Amino acid sequence: MSLEKPYLDVPGTTIFDADQSRRGYHLNQFCMSLMRAANRERFKANERAYLDEWPMTEEQKQAVLARDLNRCIGLGGNIYFLAKIGATDGKSFQQMAGSMTGMTEEEYRNMMLAGGRSPEGNRYTGEDGDAQAHRQPQGAAGRNKGQAF
Amino acid sequence: MAKITASVFTSHVPAIGAALDLGKDKEPYWQPLFKGYEYSKQWMKDNTPDVIFLVYNDHATAFSLEMIPTFAIGCADQFQPADEGYGARPVPVVQGHPELAAHIAQSVIQQDFDLTIVNKMDVDHGLTVPLSLMCGQPAAWPCRVIPFAVNVVQYPVPSGRRCYNLGKAIRNAIESYDEPLNVHIWGTGGMSHQLQGPRAGLINAEWDNKFLDRLIADPDDLANVPHIEYVREAGSEGIELVMWLIARGAMSDNFGGPPPTVKHRFFHVPASNTAVGHLILENKQ
Repeated sequence: MSLEKPYLDVPGTTIFDADQSRRGYHLNQFCMSLMRAANRERFKANERAYLDEWPMTEEQKQAVLARDLNRCIGLGGNIYFLAKIGATDGKSFQQMAGSMTGMTEEEYRNMMLAGGRSPEGNRYTGEDGDAQAHRQPQGAAGRNKGQAF
Repeated sequence: MAKITASVFTSHVPAIGAALDLGKDKEPYWQPLFKGYEYSKQWMKDNTPDVIFLVYNDHATAFSLEMIPTFAIGCADQFQPADEGYGARPVPVVQGHPELAAHIAQSVIQQDFDLTIVNKMDVDHGLTVPLSLMCGQPAAWPCRVIPFAVNVVQYPVPSGRRCYNLGKAIRNAIESYDEPLNVHIWGTGGMSHQLQGPRAGLINAEWDNKFLDRLIADPDDLANVPHIEYVREAGSEGIELVMWLIARGAMSDNFGGPPPTVKHRFFHVPASNTAVGHLILENKQ
């Protein structure tokens, strides 16, 4: 019998459940290792070599090297663990969260100052809110999409 | 006998701790937030308890994926502020209350809640930011603290109903302790926020304020709210709010007493990515 997962139709959202946790175990434990200053130094000196010490998938390693947090989350990463990479890079939590929306840092900060992202249109996949797949990336990056021709 | 005299509820955003530690609390961005806690700091001075039973969650700090306890009670005599990757917060070491913690652990497990007993643990912003908001920046925290960590990171997290019932069991445990201690129970985390994916930055002030109304007036009904409603309405990290139900479950009105007095209520958006909510409830003596 399959498990009940009522949260699969929330747009722009990956719930870190037992399946995701199993998939991301080594990715998240790699992140945990960055809690030690000596490990942060070794990682910064040669990211690829450091990642190769962990039994992560190649896809997970590439996602870390690219700092693609959405991809990391899709591959089993959890934001509280991935935040250790951000801390190593000197990024704030707001910068990390913003990076997953496609908005610039300033655009994301202004959205938060204006009261944050509305839940309207963002409760179920298939609605028309700004977190829906067909409206990515957000901000100027989205508005300029296709205008390069 | 020990007595629970009040419950305190507050968000525990890490950026609030950073703002205080770096002296940014007077900046226009942060001023409205800290103004909302001025009453609370005075109230805390006038009503300092002997012990705070502090419900919070660890954010991949003390607990990695090696072990994921659903409910963990800190029984050590002290707890160091953790280095979460930016260096440890410059705040006092947290002094525990091992005797009361051991008493609570035994009593609550006998009431069928399987707590994990933790005798060594660093505490992260989830625990130290509420202390800073309520106590300011003292050289030592004004009382002892029993950390109580709830897993709200890996799903499924405990349900609102289970948290509410656990609060009642904690109340039974505390009020059966022989020493006449004045105990506060604090519920922390939330309110609406989402830190991941294209939906990051979600805030739902209307839902949050209804949550506060219901927490005050009808917690038993609020305990029926399923996880999925928290996720849809308050964001994937808004699920932290189930921890508030633990503190609320320990109040006297669940045991035949009168409804608690609302001493303070505050709501503010934003602190970094998060809506901040805060309540102080007192049991009538």
